[in-house]
Amino acid sequence: MSILVLAEHHDGQLSDGTAHVVAAAMAIGGDVDVLVAGENVQGVAEAAATLEGVARVRLADAAVFAHQLAEPLGDLLVNLASDYTHVLAAASTSGKNVLPRLAALRGVNQISEILEVVSTDIFKRPIYAGNAIATVQSEDALKVITVRTTAFDAVSRTGSAPVESVEGQVTNETSRFVDEVLAQNDRPELGGARIVVSGGRGMGNGENFRLLEGLADKLGAAVGASRAAVDAGFVPNDMQVGQTGKIVAPDLYIAVGISGAIQHLAGMKDSKVIVAINKDDEAPIFQIADYGLVGDLFEILPALEQKL
Amino acid sequence: MKVLVAVKRVIDYNVKIRVKPDHSDVDLTNVKMAMNPFCEIAVEEAVRLKEKGVATEVVAVTVGPKAAQEQLRTALALGADRAIHVETDEPVESLAVAKLLEGVVNEEKPDLVVLGKQAIDTDNNQTGQMLAALTGMGQGTFASEVVIEAGEIRVTREIDGGHQTVALKLPAVVTTDLRLNEPRYAKLPDIMKAKKKPLENRTPEALGVTLPAGLKRLKVETPAERKGGVKVGSVDELVDKLKNEAKVL
Repeated sequence: MSILVLAEHHDGQLSDGTAHVVAAAMAIGGDVDVLVAGENVQGVAEAAATLEGVARVRLADAAVFAHQLAEPLGDLLVNLASDYTHVLAAASTSGKNVLPRLAALRGVNQISEILEVVSTDIFKRPIYAGNAIATVQSEDALKVITVRTTAFDAVSRTGSAPVESVEGQVTNETSRFVDEVLAQNDRPELGGARIVVSGGRGMGNGENFRLLEGLADKLGAAVGASRAAVDAGFVPNDMQVGQTGKIVAPDLYIAVGISGAIQHLAGMKDSKVIVAINKDDEAPIFQIADYGLVGDLFEILPALEQKL
Repeated sequence: MKVLVAVKRVIDYNVKIRVKPDHSDVDLTNVKMAMNPFCEIAVEEAVRLKEKGVATEVVAVTVGPKAAQEQLRTALALGADRAIHVETDEPVESLAVAKLLEGVVNEEKPDLVVLGKQAIDTDNNQTGQMLAALTGMGQGTFASEVVIEAGEIRVTREIDGGHQTVALKLPAVVTTDLRLNEPRYAKLPDIMKAKKKPLENRTPEALGVTLPAGLKRLKVETPAERKGGVKVGSVDELVDKLKNEAKVL
C-alpha cells in the first residue's frame, strides 16, 4: 500500500483536519505521503512533516496552485496518483471539491466521507444523512477517498518527515480566483465546533436568537438552527443543521425549542452529548437527548448562561 | 444561452428510511419519492436565469428508471422547456452518471450545466465535479450566488468558514448549495402544461457510454440507536451533569 494524503491549509496554516486524514491513512496501512499544494506554502509543508506516521511530504509550490482551485489541483493529483494505491483527503468543502475530479479523470469511483476502515478496500460510510451506514468495497486499482475527520483521532505532531518538491507541470485556463471572505466573528464555524447551540421554531423570532448567542459566547460554541427556524425566516439558511443543511457531530449539542424532526436529527444525532430544552415534554427530541430539561426556554436560557 | 439542469429522483426528505431486513439496501418499496432538494434549487436557478433573459433554453435531464420521468415532469412544471430521460434500470453511481451526462453534454452543447451539490440518498457529492473534469469545463461547486457577465460566470461558493468567489470560462458546471435560492412550488396550471412539453428518451448505448462498475455494496445497517437519556429537573442539575457526568464543560 502507498497512500497520498492531500493536505488542507488556509492562510499558510495546516488545517487540523489533515492530522485526522493521516490517521485514516494509517488505519489502511502502508507508506503515507502528504501532498502540500499551494503558493508560498513551505511553512505548511514543514508543519505537515511533523505529523506522526508520514513518510515524506511532497511540496508543489507554484502560483497555479494558489487558493487551491479544483482544476489545477485535480490535474496535479492525476499526475501523482500513479505512484499510489490510495489518495485521501478530508471530506471538507476543499476535499469534496477536488477529489471527484481525480476519480473521474482516472475512471474510478470515489468513496465519500468514510467513517471506518474495514480493510484496504472495504470502508464504512454514511448514506441518507447518516440514517444508514453502508459497507462498500472498491475493486478499482486506485482508491479515491474522502474522510469524515471527526471519525478518526488525529495523529500527534511528533514526526519529522523529509520534504521533497514536485514539479507541477500544470496550467489552468478555465478558472480564476476572484476573492474569499472568511467569517470574522469569534464564534467557531458550525461544522468544526466542539459545542453547538441550536434554536428551533420555539425561539419565536429571529431577535430571540440573541439569547442563544449569549450562551454560545459563554461556551465558545457555534450557533445553529433547525430547518423550521430557517423556513420561518428567523435566521439565514447557512445556520441550518439537518439533512439538507450542515451535518455536525460536536462533543456537546444543545437543542433549544427544537421538536426533533427527522430532518434535523439526521444532522446532529452523532453528537457525543445532546441536551434538549423544550416546553413540550412529548417532543421527539427528548427520545435521543442525553439530558432533557422541560420548561420555558426564555427562563432557562438566561439562568443557564448565568450558571456557566 | 442554453442551460442543462440535472435532477435526481430520491426518497422524499421527510420520510424516515428503513433498512431491509437482509441488510442489502434501504427499503424503497411504497416509499414517497421526490426530486432531490438540491436539484430543486438547480432547476430554480436555471429557470431564474431564463426569466432574467440570460438563458434562452432550459433543458432538464435525469438518469434512472422509467419512474424518474416524474421528476422530469416536475422540472418541466417548474419552468424547464424540455427534458431528456437517460433510461437505465441499472443502479448507477456518480461516475456512471457523470459519464452519461458527458454524453448528453456532447449532444446538447449547453453553455452551463447546473446540478445539485449532492443527492440526499447516497450523499456522494461527486457528480458535478466529475462531469466538469470529464468535459474539461471549469467548476463552481456549492454555489450561493451565480452571476453571468462578459462571457464568464462568477460563482460564489460556500466553503468551510466563509465563501469564495471564482470566475469560470463558459461553458461551466455549477453545483448548488442551500443558500443559492428558494425554489418555487409548481402551480397546477404549470403541472398541466408540463404534460405537453417534450420529453425525449436516450439510452446509455445511444450515448455511447459503457457503464462503469460501481462500488460493491456489501451491507447496509442502521447506525447504533441513541438511547434516550434522563430528564433533569433544573438548570443547576443540568450544569452539574454536563460538568461531572458527561464532562463536556
